[in-house]
Amino acid sequence: MPKQTGLSGWGRTFVPGHETRSEDLVAVTRGASLSRGLGRSYGDASLPAEGSDQVVGTTLADRILSFDDTSGVIRAEAGLCLSDMNRLFLPRGFFTPVTPGTRFVTLGGMVASDVHGKNHHVAGTIGRHVQSLKLRVADGRIIDCSREEERELFLATLGGMGLTGHILEVELKLERIPSPWIHQETFRLENLDAMLRALKDSSDKWPMTVGWMDTVATGKQLGRGILYCGRWAEPSEAPQRVPKPQEQKIGMPFALPSGVLNRFTIGMFNRLIYLSHHKPHKTAMVDPYTYFYPLDFVRQWNLAYGKRGVTQHQAVIPNEAGPDGIRGLIELLAKLGASSFLSVIKDCGPEGEGLLSFPRPGMSLALDIPINENTQNVIDQLNQHVLSCGGRIYLTKDGLTRAEDFRAMEPRLDQFLAVKHKWDPDDRLRSAQSERLFGGHA
Amino acid sequence: MKAAVLGASKGVGRAIARALAEQGAQIHLLGRDLEDLTRSAADLEQRSGGKIKVLATACDLEKPEGFHAALDEADRALAGLDTVVITAGLFGVQTALENDLEFTRRMLTVNFANTVVFCEHARQKLMSHGGGTLCVVSSVAGERGRKPVVLYGASKAGLSAYLEGLDHKWHAEGLRVVNVKPGFVKTSMTEGLTPPPFAGEPEQVARDVVRAIERGSPVVYTPRIWALVMFVIRLLPRFIMRKLNF
Repeated sequence: MPKQTGLSGWGRTFVPGHETRSEDLVAVTRGASLSRGLGRSYGDASLPAEGSDQVVGTTLADRILSFDDTSGVIRAEAGLCLSDMNRLFLPRGFFTPVTPGTRFVTLGGMVASDVHGKNHHVAGTIGRHVQSLKLRVADGRIIDCSREEERELFLATLGGMGLTGHILEVELKLERIPSPWIHQETFRLENLDAMLRALKDSSDKWPMTVGWMDTVATGKQLGRGILYCGRWAEPSEAPQRVPKPQEQKIGMPFALPSGVLNRFTIGMFNRLIYLSHHKPHKTAMVDPYTYFYPLDFVRQWNLAYGKRGVTQHQAVIPNEAGPDGIRGLIELLAKLGASSFLSVIKDCGPEGEGLLSFPRPGMSLALDIPINENTQNVIDQLNQHVLSCGGRIYLTKDGLTRAEDFRAMEPRLDQFLAVKHKWDPDDRLRSAQSERLFGGHA
Repeated sequence: MKAAVLGASKGVGRAIARALAEQGAQIHLLGRDLEDLTRSAADLEQRSGGKIKVLATACDLEKPEGFHAALDEADRALAGLDTVVITAGLFGVQTALENDLEFTRRMLTVNFANTVVFCEHARQKLMSHGGGTLCVVSSVAGERGRKPVVLYGASKAGLSAYLEGLDHKWHAEGLRVVNVKPGFVKTSMTEGLTPPPFAGEPEQVARDVVRAIERGSPVVYTPRIWALVMFVIRLLPRFIMRKLNF
């Protein structure tokens, strides 16, 4: 049985090691090889490389250093939790310009992953809204960088998985919102073609879109799902009160036995979700916590995958590959006997500035796959399909991709490694993931 | 509320200051590192929604000669303070303290003698305004002499005894003494130690402390389960404590 002690990502594959945390991030990062925030990356991105058993935990360094309510620019220490930022600034009429699917991430982690969200087709990744960063680089110096100052270091750090320097402070422009509520419309879609068509059509009309997809259904129902469209509500239509973050009243008390989530139970769950949307079209006024973070309602939902844990395969399939690119991924998953408990599809806008930033124009499909003895083979085969479509995978979700596959997917890798080498010639900054994917070249 | 907070840059003190700021309390920070305090002051201002202005004054718990002036400064800046919160202190595990008696002397001086002297200055300042609240973070470690916390626990036992006496002596004249007795709290102070059962988070402790300040509770165990745990531990006969390797 896999060990449950030490450090793990959200996917709960544990390695020996521990976090060292301090309010004084400048002091605690001295000589350290990696920082991590709340550990929400799924695989080994926030885990120590071989030969090291510790990483810096940034969560105690979470002070807001300044905020200008004219420009919306906030400067904060890297460990500031997005949940805190939302809670404090939503009542003031501001929200993070880009949010991932959980609010339990740190600002530093968001930058290191260059996270994207439901508004990627209009707002890009978080990196587009980052104005400057303060880093501790490998030789110990503290460096301020931005688009104007140490530009290549700045761009390599957006989505650079923490390998260019320890992120100490982040300056970010928040979005001014008309009200703290979201006007949501949802559409039940009977198959993949309908989903892909609706995603494309709605991207012109809606600033926020995302699709939940039943990837277990087959035949004519393959790829059926629900499309969630949203926009910030105007003051005239929104409730007067400011919504509060939902409390995590429900939690998984312990890891379920591995295998409880299998193709049969996952299929039942997916069918229930699909059928629960009994009307083809629904309209609702929802709070942003419900809209952006539905899974945060359940504390430690990752325990549902049992002691073996979960991996997420998130890939973007370029537009040129057409609908068959996504269809191929779903069919391959079924052919390999695997299944995804939760599958999320999103159309991506233009590529960001970050040298290893994930999104590019195309369709992104995220598949939550319970880990078993076949998972490495599943990931390998999914990656071969992604490669054949000219796509790439998201490092923040990955724990199993092979180095040669990642290199083949990522023509920007050499450029990233060149910048990294310039700032870290002795390869002091490393993670289990960088060692796995870049080897001695990281 | 107009509160001076000593030790608000880290751990439980930071969480208490944030909880007070989010309630709109006027706050003046006291601590060793003025630059660090200034960053914390900015944080508190933003957490209040930009509604309060937070100032800071250097005050080192190892330098009692500065206590009076620091409290005067806080009092002036707040135009008359009504609450003083003390969360600063030193911590060391038993073996580290046994192996470094100079550190032990410092810890005992800071946690007991200097904290008591600071409290006396604070008490005088509060009474000059007709009363107020003096909230001091002690520890459950001071409840019984126990093997893992012989020295640290002694410093907190002395402090708790002083706070109880202070409460008796001045309560009728308007001083509200709040003795906070946290169990193990996951902060940078306890970083590297294995959290025992019922370990608390600083935010949880802060909520309990702010509620105790509002109610004027003389003693608050936090997380609250520690009230029950310590009730049992206080009743344990010595021979059972020996058997349990306490």
